[in-house]
Amino acid sequence: MLAYFLRRLMAVVPTVVLVSMFVFALQQMLPGDPALALAGEERDPESIAYIREKYHLNEPIWIQYGYWIGKVLQGDLGISLRTNIPVTELLAQKLPVTIQLALMAIAIALLIGVPMGVLSALKRGTPLDWFANVTALSGLSIPNFWLGILLILLVSVQLGWLPASGYESPFDDLAQNLKTMIMPAFVLGTSIAATMMRHTRSAMLEVLKSDYVRTARAKGVRERGVIMRHAFRNALIPVVTIGTLQLGELLAGAVLTEQVFTIPGFGKQIVDAVFNRDYAVVQGVVLCSSVAFIGLNLAADMAYFVLNPRIRV
Amino acid sequence: MTRKLSLAVAAGILLLGTAASAETLKIGLADDPDVLDPDQSRTFVGRIVYTALCDKLVDIDTDLNFVPQLATKWDWSDGGKTLTMTLRKGATFHDGTAFDAEAVKYNIERSKTLPESRRKSEVKSIETVEVVDPLTVRFKLAAPDATLMATLSDRAGMMVSPKAAEEMGAGLGAKLVCSGPFKFVERVQQDRIVLEKFAEHWNAKNFHFDQVIYRTIPDSTVRLANLQAGDLDMLERLSPPDIATVKGDSKLAIVDVVGLGYQGITINVGNGERSKTPLGQDPRVRKALELSIDRNALNQVVFDGAHLPGNQFVSPQSQFYAKSVPMPGRDVAKAKALLKEAGLEKFEFEMQFPNSPDGTRTAQVIQAMAAEAGIDIKLRATEFATMLKEQSAGNYQATQVGWSGRVDPDGNIHTFMTCKGGINDSKHCNPEVDKLLDAARQTNSLEERKNLYASAMELLDQARPIIYLWHPKWIWALRSNLKGYVAYPDAMIRLEGMRKAS
Repeated sequence: MLAYFLRRLMAVVPTVVLVSMFVFALQQMLPGDPALALAGEERDPESIAYIREKYHLNEPIWIQYGYWIGKVLQGDLGISLRTNIPVTELLAQKLPVTIQLALMAIAIALLIGVPMGVLSALKRGTPLDWFANVTALSGLSIPNFWLGILLILLVSVQLGWLPASGYESPFDDLAQNLKTMIMPAFVLGTSIAATMMRHTRSAMLEVLKSDYVRTARAKGVRERGVIMRHAFRNALIPVVTIGTLQLGELLAGAVLTEQVFTIPGFGKQIVDAVFNRDYAVVQGVVLCSSVAFIGLNLAADMAYFVLNPRIRV
Repeated sequence: MTRKLSLAVAAGILLLGTAASAETLKIGLADDPDVLDPDQSRTFVGRIVYTALCDKLVDIDTDLNFVPQLATKWDWSDGGKTLTMTLRKGATFHDGTAFDAEAVKYNIERSKTLPESRRKSEVKSIETVEVVDPLTVRFKLAAPDATLMATLSDRAGMMVSPKAAEEMGAGLGAKLVCSGPFKFVERVQQDRIVLEKFAEHWNAKNFHFDQVIYRTIPDSTVRLANLQAGDLDMLERLSPPDIATVKGDSKLAIVDVVGLGYQGITINVGNGERSKTPLGQDPRVRKALELSIDRNALNQVVFDGAHLPGNQFVSPQSQFYAKSVPMPGRDVAKAKALLKEAGLEKFEFEMQFPNSPDGTRTAQVIQAMAAEAGIDIKLRATEFATMLKEQSAGNYQATQVGWSGRVDPDGNIHTFMTCKGGINDSKHCNPEVDKLLDAARQTNSLEERKNLYASAMELLDQARPIIYLWHPKWIWALRSNLKGYVAYPDAMIRLEGMRKAS
């Protein structure tokens, strides 16, 4: 297992370097001039010249990349052009928020999606299966921002049960934190639950048809044991894949949901940074989320290893 | 007697209760402010936060007259080249440093010399600042500058603590220390800025909140939902389509005022190759375009009539509005005749516009109106930062764009319409206009300035490098228990006198 792990780890470093170069290059292709965007409505020529000079915007792209990567290797991601706040500090502010939202959303998705998928596979063709499929399809088709706004109007404005938006640190006030996070986590979680339900269902159907399940049944294993020990464990592999991919996406920021619920996470940060051409922030956030994404994939590979012994061979 | 006594006791308890419970005001902002340092910042919402955080040398009243804030008196002398200000006694910064003439000198010099300063061009006319005595300061100017008072009523006039600025340098924005009625507590990027009452403020008795929280909520529907749910006490920039909802809700109220800015169509008349079109070269064609547009209908259709149609760089409500240049009505026949005179039956041009819902609807309505006069407008939705770049680089034929407006009329026109103006993207150049606008900068006589701007406007109305269309109103929505809010044309939220009714 260690050798497998190390082999996978070796592939991570070049991936991260490539991602950082790619993001850097893409950004330079964005139309619009960061110095102009940052100079403000007055567009004072002196300010523009100063910004160009300070952030090396006059230099060729590979030199700019050299400046940036040199500092990154020393743990310095630069400072936000717009707010003068170090990017590492911004990441430290946003990362816990995004992680919490992502984990809560995935937990909700697992709690809804997996049992629904298993049940609908077991009760295939029954009204329960039909109901689960319709629910899943609605979950997939309803846009997050729309569901978010509807929920705010119902739960916060009409019923007054939860705050409409905002964020409170769990260390300052845990109850308030949960109150503000539950709606966005639910909105994100339900759409992922739908995908998970569909995948769990088809994986379960596949596994239930397989030889070893028939053998287990023939051996007289009780149905409960067949489902939980033999079928479900193998059907979990696609769930792990979907779960980690979705978690990775969530760590890159749930742009629309964060906007609607004004959760100060990565999604909101990156959108604002792109509009303001705040390059240092865009690079920092993308680098951080791509590292997280790659790390999660590594974790998923390890999980397959545990779940499916055949990979070990 | 017993009844009176019990009433008095009840009232007393009520008063005590009000005094004891900490009162918080929550305000919803449409954008996240940038760096919180008056010398470095550039955003509109940043100025809203400064209004509570930083006192300025002078403020404006609702009619745009200058009123005392940190300066209590001022005099012009030496033919408009010397401004002497008497400063307020007993004002202090949030860190306990006393506010005095030395602090003013420090602040102006910081605006002039801090490498990151975005105020340099604003304070350029000030040559030196002399400390006459601790409470008197004298500004010596290179040439008369009628816009200086307006400058000192905005960010350049905001005083930061010299001690804090010296210690933190360009990093002052992390924890800004000013002398306003509220002091900085914390900021969570893109979420909130928290301020608390500064008890030692010279006017503390007129500020009735213990804490003010500014929350950034860009989506206007969500901002309104927060207000309806009681999570906000007021919000800025209510979206015009939501006006009816707010009016129909007894728990909410609306306050509005015509702002200082304008929206219009900027036309490329001399900025590179793309100005070489009938629209860019022939004023008659631009006039035809103007005559094809019905400003009132545009305002009704796109904004439910929320804004104020206009045809000049200041609104018809301004004292600087030139009565000699009235707003023309729509006249399609005349527009067609003008095009014919210019040798055109039909012609087309491309107009870029900001890719927002309002921007799109505005552009589409203009397109439909112009089509009736035989003008075919190709629309190009453009992201804002890109649009500005295209515009300054001359890679455009026309842009639907605006300006947020300044207290002094100079700020709405000089930089756009003088030959070497910093934001003259249309590259219209008429030395006569330059002469008039420069002269208006250099006199403090109101009548003289009005005449100079009117003459400039008459010339510009012949050339039409910008077709002014409307003046946006600032619209705030409030919980109806929030009392005492006064709307100012600069859209700053002044907290003096505001309180919550129980």
